[in-house]
Amino acid sequence: MTGPSMPLAAVDPVAQGDHRLKEPPGPPPQQKGHRTQHDEADGGEDQKAGEGVGGRGHSVTRVMSDYNFAYLDEQTKRMIRRALLKALAVPGYQVPFASREMPMPYGWGTGGVQVTAACLVPEDRLKVIDQGADDTTNAVSIRRFFERTAGVATTGHTEAATLIQTRHRIPETPLTEGQILVYQVPIPEPLRFLEPRETETRKMHELEEYGLMYVKLYEDIARHGEIATAYAYPVKVAGRYVMDPSPIPKFDNPKLGGCAAIQLFGAGREARIYALPPWTEVVSLDFEDHPFVASKADHSCALCGAGNSYLDEVITDDRGSRMFVCSDTDFCAGRQAAGKAGSEGPKEGA
Amino acid sequence: MYVAVKGGERAIDAAHAWLAEERRGDPAVPELSVAQIREQMTLAVNRVMAEGSLYDPDLAALAIKQARGDLIEAVFLIRAWRTTLPRFGASEPVDTGAMAVDRRISATFKDLPGGQVLGPTFDYTHRLLDFALAAEGEAPPAPTADVRDEPVPHVATLLNRDGLIEDEAPDDTPPPDLTRQPLELPASRALRLQALARGDEGFLLSLAYSTQRGYGRTHAFVGELRIGRVAVKVELPELGFAVEIGEVELTECESVNQFRGSKTEPPQFTRGYGLVMGQSERMALSMSLVDRALRWQELGEDFTGAPAQDEEFVISHCDNIQATGFLEHIKLPHYVDFQAELELVRRLRREALLAANPGAEEAAE
Repeated sequence: MTGPSMPLAAVDPVAQGDHRLKEPPGPPPQQKGHRTQHDEADGGEDQKAGEGVGGRGHSVTRVMSDYNFAYLDEQTKRMIRRALLKALAVPGYQVPFASREMPMPYGWGTGGVQVTAACLVPEDRLKVIDQGADDTTNAVSIRRFFERTAGVATTGHTEAATLIQTRHRIPETPLTEGQILVYQVPIPEPLRFLEPRETETRKMHELEEYGLMYVKLYEDIARHGEIATAYAYPVKVAGRYVMDPSPIPKFDNPKLGGCAAIQLFGAGREARIYALPPWTEVVSLDFEDHPFVASKADHSCALCGAGNSYLDEVITDDRGSRMFVCSDTDFCAGRQAAGKAGSEGPKEGA
Repeated sequence: MYVAVKGGERAIDAAHAWLAEERRGDPAVPELSVAQIREQMTLAVNRVMAEGSLYDPDLAALAIKQARGDLIEAVFLIRAWRTTLPRFGASEPVDTGAMAVDRRISATFKDLPGGQVLGPTFDYTHRLLDFALAAEGEAPPAPTADVRDEPVPHVATLLNRDGLIEDEAPDDTPPPDLTRQPLELPASRALRLQALARGDEGFLLSLAYSTQRGYGRTHAFVGELRIGRVAVKVELPELGFAVEIGEVELTECESVNQFRGSKTEPPQFTRGYGLVMGQSERMALSMSLVDRALRWQELGEDFTGAPAQDEEFVISHCDNIQATGFLEHIKLPHYVDFQAELELVRRLRREALLAANPGAEEAAE
C-alpha cells in the first residue's frame, strides 16, 4: 500500500501555490514555528507535523518558519524541477543544474537533498536511509533537516513512504508506482576514473563512445578472471547512455531496471541531475561469455533468516567471529515482526 | 543475542552539546565577543568574507566564533547563509581607481603619481614574538600625516599610454553568476576570476607559487597592489541614477607579465588580475598570478601541462567548501560498499589460492 501518490504533475510549481509559505495554523503568537514529535528511527508510528504538539517522546524537532517550505526558495525549486523533467525525458543523461550551497557539506547528500526539496509536497511521507538503514547518523541528520524545514511526516516503512532518499542502497521491498526514490550521488560520471576531464567525458557521451569502458571491463577479466567492480557498477540506460548508479552494491543493480517508481539522482558538488523514469530498461554492462552476476555475502540474515537480502558483516568479538545481518533495517524488522527468525534472532513467538 | 546498533539521534544530540561546551572552553576565561573578533582578528574575518563571498564583517566574526576558529568551517557557515539571501540587484562596477587607499605599492616603479603608501603591513616587521602583547598593553597611537590630496591612477593605465601593456577594452556584458548557473567549460575570464575570488587562499597560493617555480612560468611583477575603501553605487529604477549605498574594503592586485609577442600581437606586457574582499593581500597576489597563467590560450602561448594553466583542474578544485565536504564525507559509513569489496577480494583470493600459482599473493591484492 502506498501513501498519497506523487505523480509528476504534482511538481508543477504553479500547483503548489504559496500556501506552503504560510505557517500551519495554531502556533502561539510569541512562538516561532511549532513543535512536532518526530518518528522514531526504527519506523514507529508515522507522525504528521503539527500533530502531537508538546510531544510525549524524548526528541522534539521545531519546524522552522524563517525559511521557505523544504528550505529552498521557489525559484530554485523551479530550476531543479526543470532539470528533473529534462533528466526524465532523456533517461541516463546528466543534466547540469545550478546546484546551491546547502547547510550540510558537499559529499554528504547535498544533491539528493536538493532533489528531495524540489519534489516534496506537504502531503508526502518521507523515508531517509543510508547504507540501507534509517538510523545511521547521516540519515538521521537529513530526515531531521526535512522535519525542521518542511514539517512533512516521516516513516521507516518502505511501503508507507511516498519519497525515499537513499545513499548506497535500493530498498529490498519492491517499490510501487507513485513512489520516488532519490539517490545521493558523489561522482555522477561513470567514465570519470577513465578520463578525468569533464570536457572529454561529455564528448564521449555525446558520441556514444563507450569503448574505453568496455576495455576497462575486459582488462579486469584478463587480470582477475572477472569484472572487479563491486559497487557503483556501470549500467546502460534505455540502450543509450552509460550511467553511474551511485555507489550501490552491484547486488542492487537488477532493481534499477523495470522499476515502478521514479528514480532521481542528485549530485550536488558536481551539479548534475539524472533520472530513470518508471519501467526504464537498465542493463548492467557485461560480456556474453562473462555475464553480470549480482553478488552478496554467501549467508542468510542472522536476525530474520532472509536468504535473498543484501547483508552487512558485523564483527562481534576480537577472535574473528562475525555475523551477517540485513543491511535494509526496515525489511529485516518487518520479517522479524512477521515471526521470521535467523540463527541469532528472537525465538518464535518472542 | 546481537541487537542492531540504534541511537544515532541521541548520539548526534550529545555530540552537538559537547561541541558547544568545547567551543566555550574554560568558563573561568572571559568569553570572546563577536565585536572583539571583528576588530582584533580582522584578517581572519577578511578571509572568511572573501572565501564565503559575502561582505559582512559581523557575520564573518560570528561564523569564526561559532566555528571555534576553524576558518573553512566559518566560510561554510557564511556560504550556507548567503545561498538563502534574496538578490535585490547588482551594483554598478566599483571604481578601484577612485579607491581611498590605505596601502598602495608598485614594484615596477620607484615613484609614481599617488605615491607609494606602505599602510598597515607585516612586510618589514621582524617576526619576533612580542611578549609585550601577552601582557595586554595598549598600543601607542600611530603617527598620522596629512592626506595626499591627489589622484591615485592605476599603474597599468600609465603603462598603457605608451602601448606597452595589452589594452583591455571596457566590456558591459553582464558577468555570469557561478552561484546561480551551472559551470560550463571552457569558462570565460570573468567566470574564472569569480571562481578564483572565492577560491581557497592556500590552494591559490600554492598554484601561484608553482608558476614562479617554472610550472607555467609567467614572469610576474607586482605592477600594483592597493588596499582601501571603494564606494558601492546602485542604480535605483525610481530615480534613474546611481546612489551610493555604502563602501567596502577591497584588495586589488595587477601583475605585469613579460610577453614576447605572438603571430597577432607585438611584444608587450600582459596583465594578471586579482580582486578580493577585505584586506587579503596574499590572496589577491596569488589570484593575479593564477589568472595570468590561465590566459595562455587567449595570448597564443603554449600549454606546458602545468596545473596552473589547466582551467578545468583549477576551477574544479579551488573551492575549499566543495573540497572539504567531499574529502570529509569518507568519514560517513561506507560499510555497504566495503562489504561488496570484501566479498570481491575474498572471492579473488580464493580463486587465486586455488590456482596456487607463484603470483598468488599479487593477484589477491
